[in-house]
This record gives sequence, structure tokens and C-alpha cells, in this order.
Amino acid sequence: MTTHTDPDAAPAATPVLRTTPLHRVHEALGASFTDFGGWRMPLRYTSDLAEHHAVRCSAGIFDLSHMGEVKVTGPEAAAALSHALVGDMGAVAVGRAKYTMIVTPDGGVVDDLIVYHVGDEEYLVVPNAGNRERVAAELVGRCAGFGCVVEDVSLVTGLIAVQGPRAQEVLSRVIESGAAMPAALRPQEGEAPDGHRPDVLCGPSLLGRLRFYAAVRATAAGHSILLARTGYTGEDGFELFCGAEDAEDLWTVLTDTGAALSPTEVGGQMVPALTPCGLASRDSLRLEAGMPLYGHELHEELTPYDAGLGSVVTLDRADFVGRQALAERAGREGATGTTVLVALAGEGRRAARAGATVLSPDGEALGTVTSGLLSPTLGHPVALALLRPYRGDQPAWPEGTALVADVRGRPLEVAVVASPFYSRRR
Amino acid sequence: MAQPVLSHLRYSADHEWLEDGDPARVGITAVAADALGEVVFVELPEVGSQVEAGEPCGELESTKSVSDLVAPVSGTVVAVNEAVVEEPGTINEDPYGAGWLFTVDVDREGDLLSPQEYADRFDAVVAD
Repeated sequence: MTTHTDPDAAPAATPVLRTTPLHRVHEALGASFTDFGGWRMPLRYTSDLAEHHAVRCSAGIFDLSHMGEVKVTGPEAAAALSHALVGDMGAVAVGRAKYTMIVTPDGGVVDDLIVYHVGDEEYLVVPNAGNRERVAAELVGRCAGFGCVVEDVSLVTGLIAVQGPRAQEVLSRVIESGAAMPAALRPQEGEAPDGHRPDVLCGPSLLGRLRFYAAVRATAAGHSILLARTGYTGEDGFELFCGAEDAEDLWTVLTDTGAALSPTEVGGQMVPALTPCGLASRDSLRLEAGMPLYGHELHEELTPYDAGLGSVVTLDRADFVGRQALAERAGREGATGTTVLVALAGEGRRAARAGATVLSPDGEALGTVTSGLLSPTLGHPVALALLRPYRGDQPAWPEGTALVADVRGRPLEVAVVASPFYSRRR
Repeated sequence: MAQPVLSHLRYSADHEWLEDGDPARVGITAVAADALGEVVFVELPEVGSQVEAGEPCGELESTKSVSDLVAPVSGTVVAVNEAVVEEPGTINEDPYGAGWLFTVDVDREGDLLSPQEYADRFDAVVAD
């Protein structure tokens, strides 16, 4: 037998998985690992469910150093990003963050992003781990011709999240001081809401006043960080961007601080103040909070409108990549071929998973589950699904509509519910 | 971390253990329990039903995945462990003990491995 070898068709090299600056910490904690977005990441340290519940009732700490960070700086950074993304970055005050997306010229979602406006001429764009290189390359291309510099700083940046009702209590012992632009802070009693100079505040008062979806430059355990009140769990929480070389020390200081605090008592069980949490609990937490995950609710074959997230698109402004396609799609809401994102809940313990078909009670296929599991907090199955529009004149499916999910050949009765499935008490 | 395999049981390559007896008892190994993560839903075969060696006879669902429970032997199901249906986490806590799944009157065995063969194949360690 003769084998012809095409030099261009050599077997792909075994992909090398990156590890985060916290890998040694995860190994020492005995984590189970999983491969995610090109990275070797902790899936869980002890138990998915214990980690999930810890975030809901106390606080959890996550290594998110696999996420991308792209800095865009320069006098035209806002204009460049407004051209590159579906949202208007000029409308984001210094110190605030915005959830947005980058789409193809056809309107397909390349990634969902959080953009932090961290200085007068400086933005930090945070893409998903697996999309980092593509997003960075797209930003370089789309920002060319504008007065700004695009720099992928992902591999020199660590990211640690502390999420849960006790997150502020833990961090108030670690954050030393911060310089916040006024827009990042809730006004103090009796103070005009739009002061003109940055406030320098010490830890507890800084954390107490930091708004949701805002960020400040701060010091924590002697390290310079960007401290953001953002997250992906549905809880109050913070994200700490730091130098990769500082990540291990910051993690240690945070976990030591948590260990010194009294545990939370929940139904007779003692839950540590701060629990290391892996990607498994991150996924169940985000789904309960109704948040989309790239590769599930979002992908390039869908526009933001088809993923139920059309509100992130600001059409009424100067041209941006994808604008024409999205404007056309916006005018076709409810038309054949479009989809809507629907939240579903069922009873019992058996869950409809991603890929399950959703049907009407009389058997008509309506769409597909994109994420689903037995909700650890609620105790019943929940799912997000992309369905065809309910009606041409009413695309959204009314709450309470009874549907059926095909769970590996057997029907599961589900009902349309409001998203999110879980909301924290405020 | 290498998971334990008990020396008095036999194993299938699908990660079920079999305790010989009349009837024989079936569960999943610590290797499988660890790989699944927290089991949140279990579906077991019905008492009196026939199971076929190598064929799915139930389901184990964790927060991350769904796996078939594969019968290591053919025969008639005598009893099922209702306690793990109520508390699926028992499978993670005690896979060889309280986390047993069902018992079966064995008509025919499937391909079973010795503790050492299973341990060698799945990076486990034989324990007493």
C-alpha cells in the first residue's frame, strides 16, 4: 500500500493546553481539571454542588485567568471600539463597564464581551478564553485607522473573581485603597452625584460605594489591581484583574482572609466564608442567573436578536461592523427563520440538556435546548432554548406556555418561565 | 489522584462493579463516580426487568454530564437501591457501599475484569 502525504495535510500538532498562573494552587488544592477554551482549568475542587451552594449562601473564589484581556488606548479608542462593537462605547463613563458583543459583517456573534472604561483614553475588553485570539485580531483590524493602540495583555494578566453575599466582607479586608472616577461610585449622602475629581478611598468605604458594573484602580495586599464589581453568577461580587505574577499571592491572601472569618451556618451546616470554586459550579450558577454562554446561547450563526439579546445593539448611531445586517434583522423580528431565547422549567429531577428538542404538546418541533440542568438552588430542572417565534406579531413566548422537551427519547413537560431562574435578594 | 478499587469485587470496562452472590450486587466504581462529578439524578432498572450484559439499563446524571448505566451481567433485577434515587450524592460518597445500585439474578456474565486488571486500565489502586 502506498501512502501519499500531502505536505499541507500533516497531522495537526497536539494542542498544547495553557495553564494559568494559579495552576500550582489548583494542584495543591487537589482540583479535578478540565480542558476549556485551550486552557487546563479546575472543574471542581471538592463537589460541584457544594461550590455552587457556597456562592449562593456565602462566597466563592474563582480563577478566571483564562479569560482574555485586550487593552485599547488612545484619543480615538472610544470611536474605534464603537465602530468595532455593537454598542456605543462613547456613552460609557470612565469607571463604568458595559456588556456588549462583537459581530461579523453579517451580524453573527463572534463573542460576547465586557468592556471596562478604565481611563480617559483607555478601555479593557474582556473576551472569552477560546475567542481571545480572534477577538484581538478583529479589534486590531477594525481599529486600524483610528488613533488608538490595541494590545492583547491576556497572558500577562491574572483574573480572580470573588462572588457571593459575603464577597464584600472578604474583600474589605484585602483591598487597601482605590482611586475611583466619580461615575464608578454611588453618591454619598448629601453629595452631588457628579463630582469632578477622582475619589481616593480606603477598602471598606470604596467597596460599599462601588457600583455594579463599575471598576476602580486599587491596591490589594500590596498589588496594583483593577477592581470591578462584575460577575457571572447572579450574586453580588467582584473581579480582580492583576499582573500574572501577583495572582498566586492575591489568591493566597484572599483565601487566608476567608479562612479567618467565621463560617456561614445554613440549615445546621457550616459553610466556609470563602470556598474555591471550579468551572462546573460557574456553569450552573450562570445558567440559574439566565446568563448566556458562548458556544451555547451564542455563536456565529446567530445574531444578537436571535439570541434574545438585541438590546445590546445600538443601531441609531454612526456605522459599525455589522450595522446593516443587524438593522435588517431588527426589522424582521418574529419572521420565519428567526429565533427567540426562551427560559423553561420542569418538575422532577431529570433535566433537558443542551441539544434536546423542544416540541409543542402536539409534537411540532419548535427548537433546541442550548443549556439545561437540574438547578441546584431551585431543585427542579431549568433550561434555556432557542425556539422559533411564538407568533409573527408576538415573537416572545408567553410565560406559562406548556411545552415538551425530548429528553433522550422520553418527554419532559416544561413551561415557559421568566428569566433569570434565580435572582438574589437585594 | 488514583481512586480505590476493592479487591473482593469484579469490574466491567464500563465502570460497574459486581459483587458475586445470590443475587449479585451492582454499583459504579469510585473512578466513575469521580469522573462524573456530583451525581444529581439516577434512573435504575425496574425490579423484575431483564438486563443484558453490555447494554444500558439506566442513567446517571451529574451537574456536567449524562451517562448510561451499563449492566455488567445479564439477568433479572431483584432489588434496586431506592435510597440513592432519593439521595444520588450517596454514589459519590460511598460508591462501593451505601451507593450500590441494584441486585440481579445472574443468567450470564459479561466481560468482567479482575481488580488488578481494572486498576491497571483506569489508573486506580487496589484496596482491601
